[in-house]
Amino acid sequence: MERRIDLAAMAKLNHDYARSIDEDALEAWPSFFAETCLYRITTADNHARGFEAGLIYADTRAMLEDRVKSLRIANIYERHRYRHILGMPALGEGSGPDIRCETAFVVIRIMRDGVLTVFATGKYLDRVRADSDRLVFAERIVVCDNANIDAMLALPL
Amino acid sequence: MLVALETHNAWPAGVLTRVPNWIYQSADIYAAEQENIFRGAAWTFLCLEIDIPRRGDYRTAALGDMPVIVVREDNRAIRAFENRCAHRGALLAFDDGGTVEDFTCVYHNWRYDLCGNLQSIAFRNGVQGKGGMPKDFAIGERGPRKLRVESVCGLVFGTLSQAAPPLEEFLGEEVVARIARVCRAPMEIIGRFKQTLPNNWKLFMENTRDSYHASLLHVFFTTFRLNRLSQRGGLMVSKTGAHSVSWSALDKAPSASAEYNAEQLRADKKDFLLADPSLIEGFDEFGDGITLQVISIFPGCAFAQVQNTIAVRRIVPKGLDQTEVFWTYLGFRDDTREQRRIRLKQSNLIGPAGLVSLEDGIIGNFVQRGIAGAAAFDTIVEMGGDAVESTDTRASEASIRGFWKIYRRLMGI
Repeated sequence: MERRIDLAAMAKLNHDYARSIDEDALEAWPSFFAETCLYRITTADNHARGFEAGLIYADTRAMLEDRVKSLRIANIYERHRYRHILGMPALGEGSGPDIRCETAFVVIRIMRDGVLTVFATGKYLDRVRADSDRLVFAERIVVCDNANIDAMLALPL
Repeated sequence: MLVALETHNAWPAGVLTRVPNWIYQSADIYAAEQENIFRGAAWTFLCLEIDIPRRGDYRTAALGDMPVIVVREDNRAIRAFENRCAHRGALLAFDDGGTVEDFTCVYHNWRYDLCGNLQSIAFRNGVQGKGGMPKDFAIGERGPRKLRVESVCGLVFGTLSQAAPPLEEFLGEEVVARIARVCRAPMEIIGRFKQTLPNNWKLFMENTRDSYHASLLHVFFTTFRLNRLSQRGGLMVSKTGAHSVSWSALDKAPSASAEYNAEQLRADKKDFLLADPSLIEGFDEFGDGITLQVISIFPGCAFAQVQNTIAVRRIVPKGLDQTEVFWTYLGFRDDTREQRRIRLKQSNLIGPAGLVSLEDGIIGNFVQRGIAGAAAFDTIVEMGGDAVESTDTRASEASIRGFWKIYRRLMGI
């Protein structure tokens, strides 16, 4: 069954995705990706130059699951949360089963003591796939406007 | 009633096993570091030759607080000079890099060639016979300060000091050999990132040299038997103490270690298995089995190979309690698509989001905050005794003592 990728469905996908991070349901976060996928966090400058390396670079959903596991039991960082504010998705041309989509984001970081920082702004460059009864990201390139990362990037964007 | 001001406790001459906390807290010390280290007789890493491959290509860098332009003059020569117009002091270049014919100050159009020589002054002879610079103004004597520039294996360094030894002598044979080991073929840049750390620069440089913490703070590696202190590895400290190399080779057969079991380390999470182990499946591209080599170069450079991830870091102090880290990730031009893919995947291991080492982004800040009320107290740097020497164990703080050895010498304290 082919599911239609329309604006409402895309907005819902973005919303659910952001909620999984902001509401500390990180274990659900990888499920928004196709099994073989590309999730990469980069900056506008790297993107413009075609530099491929990412602050995070995962080409399988399992790598994202590993990152969540690592954040939960291995990595040390001060308790913090994000608040994602998302723009309206701009749907592009489709090729095969996938549709391209672009969405602006602002991520506020809330440290354990309540201090707020605009941690990142940028755009998601997505390739979205209708996978049986739901939409998944075949590709999500997170292009940050900010060249700088404040201290560390623990939670995903 | 007056409370006695906490004064700087003395730092006994020659002592490297204790470090007084005021060294990270004093504005006077920070100012002295600028003069004695960053503008003194040390070589600072500026950029890579491949950052500026063609004539007129430049990058902006820094000697501590002092802004610097590094520019390719021609096929052979790379020049570096202060990023400051001799006229009113404005920046001559205010981007991260680019390609230019010359450098013209935007303020009043004073123009400099690619060597930093002042070439022309706008309205030098005035307008309609009025104004202008005095006839005896010596244009050739004015200009931003020029740096000595030398490269090793494509890494470009600069210094203002005439007293500094040649770069290769400053680094020493062993360090040059370790750099050359990684730079085995023509390289290319695959990413540039910037990270700002909320701590004094020295805390970060100590951290890059601290082989003792690697498997204790950073759990990810230890769990996967990639960085056990008990595995084959060692610590090389240069004669002056200025530079160090920490390295380890992967021991494929995991073995229980009494010291580890006794410590019941938080680091040992036996249930931790990767769902996608391809992350750590690398290839032995250097033919020596070494999976980790971190070269720390005084004062502000770290060049790391972690499996197949290669990254050079330029560390720049930004005031007493802030430090900027500029990361350049590298690959080889002759990488196959598969090799490059492995490199890209392993870039997850280090950097601001590195599974292995993201804790380094914040640990210096924990120290900075911890010592806030303890200026008159010391920290302890005594693992492995008081020597500054190479060792075949990484359970040593010899390379941190080395940092303080060269630091004290250059600072005269």
